[in-house]
Amino acid sequence: MTVAVEFSSVSRHFGAVRAVDGVSLQIAEGAFFAMLGPSGSGKTTCLRLISGFEKPTAGVIRIFGEDVSDVPPNRRNVNTVFQDYALFPHMNVADNVAYGLMVKGVGRAERLRRAEEMLAVVKLDEYGGRKPGQLSGGQRQRVALARALVNEPRVLLLDEPLGALDLKLREAMQDELKALQQRLGITFVFVTHDQHEALSMADSLAVFNEGKIAQIGTPEEVYARPATRFVADFVGSSNVLPPDMTQRIGGPAAWSSLRPEALRLAPAEGAALAGPVTALRYLGAGTRVQISTGSTEVAAFVPAGQPLPLPGQNVGFAFDAADLHVMDRA
Amino acid sequence: MSAVLASRGLGDRLTGLFWRRPNLLLLLLISPPLIWLGLVYLGSLAALLVQSFYSIDEFSGVVVPEFTLRTYAELFNPANMDIIIRTLLMSASVTVGCAVLAFPIAYYAARFARGHWKAAFYLGVMLPLWSSYLVKVYAWKLILAKEGIIGWAAGATGTTPILEAVLAIPGIGGNSLSTSFLGTWMVFVYVWLPYMILPMQASLERVPVSMLEASADLGATRGQTFRTVTLPLALPGVIAGSIFTFSLTMGDYIIPQIIGTSARFIGQAVFQLQGTAGNIPLAAAFAVVPILIMLVYLALARRAGAFDAL
Repeated sequence: MTVAVEFSSVSRHFGAVRAVDGVSLQIAEGAFFAMLGPSGSGKTTCLRLISGFEKPTAGVIRIFGEDVSDVPPNRRNVNTVFQDYALFPHMNVADNVAYGLMVKGVGRAERLRRAEEMLAVVKLDEYGGRKPGQLSGGQRQRVALARALVNEPRVLLLDEPLGALDLKLREAMQDELKALQQRLGITFVFVTHDQHEALSMADSLAVFNEGKIAQIGTPEEVYARPATRFVADFVGSSNVLPPDMTQRIGGPAAWSSLRPEALRLAPAEGAALAGPVTALRYLGAGTRVQISTGSTEVAAFVPAGQPLPLPGQNVGFAFDAADLHVMDRA
Repeated sequence: MSAVLASRGLGDRLTGLFWRRPNLLLLLLISPPLIWLGLVYLGSLAALLVQSFYSIDEFSGVVVPEFTLRTYAELFNPANMDIIIRTLLMSASVTVGCAVLAFPIAYYAARFARGHWKAAFYLGVMLPLWSSYLVKVYAWKLILAKEGIIGWAAGATGTTPILEAVLAIPGIGGNSLSTSFLGTWMVFVYVWLPYMILPMQASLERVPVSMLEASADLGATRGQTFRTVTLPLALPGVIAGSIFTFSLTMGDYIIPQIIGTSARFIGQAVFQLQGTAGNIPLAAAFAVVPILIMLVYLALARRAGAFDAL
């Protein structure tokens, strides 16, 4: 496996704020890698460290084995799709896409031909003559994508690429980005605060919390076996159970997590988890039923079509022992 | 409880009136300035234009109110052309001087100055505007005079030969800085500099940082980013500033009167022609020249794409 991007104990401090604090990670060549976390968790700073807009306070970043500590952004073979797209308003779409080739000295005819080819890849042929202001949000994002890809970067960085799009367009773009990445074989690194986006698009992801990596793994690993309470709660809003509770339902004295979809309704008598229903939230494909077990609120996902309890009614939750995930660190 | 709240008097009645007729408020707001601009300003401009097509009877010195192009033809006399070309060159060089000096200041203020430094910037740029223009010009006369601070400093540091060499340059030099075109230029640049800095700073502030980062990300050097992104996006501000410095220099008749040679500029020519000489038509024709030059300048700027980023 070739390592495309490697962080070795990288930190970036802004005064007293530790935006990135001792992060080490490796991103394999050709991976679709997600950096997931709430705002202020350091994921965007990590992306900017790769592109070169931030310099590490400590640690070393390598891109394809080369230490890039002293390499300015314009000499890194890495391109970024910015969150606000950052298209140049005074240039038309074709010139925007050809910009990277222009500053590298490619002749006008040649660079416009390649820009046109790349616009065809993102399905925007015929739009070359327009100004960015005349395009919709989704089209602008495709232009930003084409403008980055035309340079044939070794790593493509995407900063909240779908954040500004509406739901329908976002889902369509998720599939398209994934297909494009598989076709081109370029390493994609994208930053998102949306766990669904990270789980569905990435083949590997890092969950950030307060400047540190809470967990790295495949989406399945992170979802099914969260390493910390934070990951369990942030990815898939799992039920996080304290040690005494874990012990009461038959586990060791440690923090554990239970996915809402692993729980099913059962009679209150004899159930491991039981209590009055405190909230019912309709989610379309099913309903989230929340009960109070005294110290902790626990939620189950009840698929549509099954009978639902009433608010205040005493119900129990049953589960398979295999679904109880005990966390090795809290 | 009623669905409609009780009226509380005049304020509610007016609000209701403006809500029913949204254009009424707009009309009330813009009609005073519109009357001012339309009648007083454009009216006088039209009167000026009409006057410039009259001529003066050479024997009686009386204005003949008949349409003629003779007065405009007079502008092409070598002496008058001299005045026009001199003014044009001075305005252009003052504009370039202001632009070169203003850009780093505006760039610093827009990109890096925060908090107290931003306040210090605004204060530093505006402070000279608080004192009288005449006071500043006379102060400069003392600074630039042969016995002034500059001459004294040159003597004290042994750089008098350099100052003399500069003053010996034909065309722009002279007996002392205060009696040379170079001195006129320096004072013009000083006096109009704030009018260049402020619009430049405003337009540079509107260039998003992400655009400069995108340019670097795509492989551009600092110089390439400046030429292809920063400058085109800031150009409307630069043009706005240059309109100020260019037109203010073209119309000024006090600075060249106090500092410089006896050679005249358009403003002085207009001042003397309408006053002592009583030749209103020629004064009007002279006054039309800067207007025409500005129109040509704006047309050229527009063709060069200066307003594309607006």
